[in-house]
Amino acid sequence: MPAPRPEAASPGTAPGGPGAPAAAAGPAGDAPLLERFERTIADNQRIEPRDWMPEDYRASLVRQIAQHAHSEIIGMQPEGNWLTRAPSLRRKAILLAKVQDEAGHGLYLYSAAETLGVDRAELLDLLHAGRQRYSSIFNYPTLTWADVGAIGWLVDGAAIMNQVPLCRCSYGPYARAMVRICKEESFHQRQGFELLHTLSHGTEAQQEMAQDAVNRWWWPSLMMFGPPDDASPHSARSMAWKIKLFSNDELRQKFIDVCVPQAEVLGVTLPDPELRWNEERGHYDHGQIDWAEFRAVLRGDGPCNAQRLAHRRRAHVEGAWVREAAAAYAAKRAAETALRTAGASA
Amino acid sequence: MSTAAGTGSGRRTGPPAGPPPWEVFVRPRRGLVHQHVGTVRAPDARAALRAARHAFDSGGEPTSIWVVPTCEITASRPEHRGPFFAPAADKAFRHPTYYDIPAQVQHL
Repeated sequence: MPAPRPEAASPGTAPGGPGAPAAAAGPAGDAPLLERFERTIADNQRIEPRDWMPEDYRASLVRQIAQHAHSEIIGMQPEGNWLTRAPSLRRKAILLAKVQDEAGHGLYLYSAAETLGVDRAELLDLLHAGRQRYSSIFNYPTLTWADVGAIGWLVDGAAIMNQVPLCRCSYGPYARAMVRICKEESFHQRQGFELLHTLSHGTEAQQEMAQDAVNRWWWPSLMMFGPPDDASPHSARSMAWKIKLFSNDELRQKFIDVCVPQAEVLGVTLPDPELRWNEERGHYDHGQIDWAEFRAVLRGDGPCNAQRLAHRRRAHVEGAWVREAAAAYAAKRAAETALRTAGASA
Repeated sequence: MSTAAGTGSGRRTGPPAGPPPWEVFVRPRRGLVHQHVGTVRAPDARAALRAARHAFDSGGEPTSIWVVPTCEITASRPEHRGPFFAPAADKAFRHPTYYDIPAQVQHL
């Protein structure tokens, strides 16, 4: 994204390009700016990078977008595990495209975060130091090929449920990144469903494999929506700022309601004996989610936390030569061009 | 790769007379991306922004305008179309409708 120089700073527009967010005004000067900010959000308008924004809004967005970006790139690992062992060329090509998309989604999101005055190198350092999080779901292992299907159907399904409303969130660059991501995400979920459907209508062993994957991914997928509303401290503020449009429990319920009939078509059983239609509520009731497990995974005690982070750090270090080579090549090209220009003008 | 100005077509010889060109990008309203709307000629960025505001102001709500020196734009070339852009089109599996999903399945 280009960073225009602030040639004409109008009132209410702080100097600085998209990469340099509005500097916070003094407390006395904040009131009219805050009023304008809140009115913009109340009118369902977008906040754009050079607009004044409260520091907490900026910091919350950086945290949320960074966590989202980290999830995209860490999310390449569980599925990447099956790239070399996909059962056919067709499945391999699909999986490659999907994993490649996750890298692209990370790129969109790091770019959106950078409009808030942070640099992706900084964010990656925070990820590698364990000071910023990624979605807890990626700390579970992909034990069989059916897991690739379960991830597409359930994990991407839950992600889509979360992300579609974010296309209308209050921060312009984030909303626009989400539009792009959601568009690309649509094939991810369907390839997963098709994969699982193939297995669940295959041999007995394949059916068992599909059921086993669903058993292991169902509950962690429900945890992707975050803690219950009464235990989600920042939710109210994020909803007031419209960087969150539905509560964790609302989205989770919506996801469950959508999944139950889909599971019937797949011919798999969702591993929750308490799952049943509640006529009165017009929703499916479900069993208790194991929040102790959720907290443990967040704390770093999930099955693959250490492995995921170690792999990410290693990839970063081992990829350093690529970044250096690209910079060296660019410098060489620049020197050649300078030489040619000097020669031409001599 | 070539710059947008002087693409080697031989149409222009020597440096352009007068002030240099600037590409103008306007955000029609909040929530939308800046879109390219045209070019102005101006001696510097400040003057380019002023010229752009006069030339491309839609008369609606205050917009955001970017001006970028035309010579700073690196563009792909039409003749690169094949190798540069081809991979996307022949991957049918990137389209949601490529997958066989039973008709009764909803919300997928």
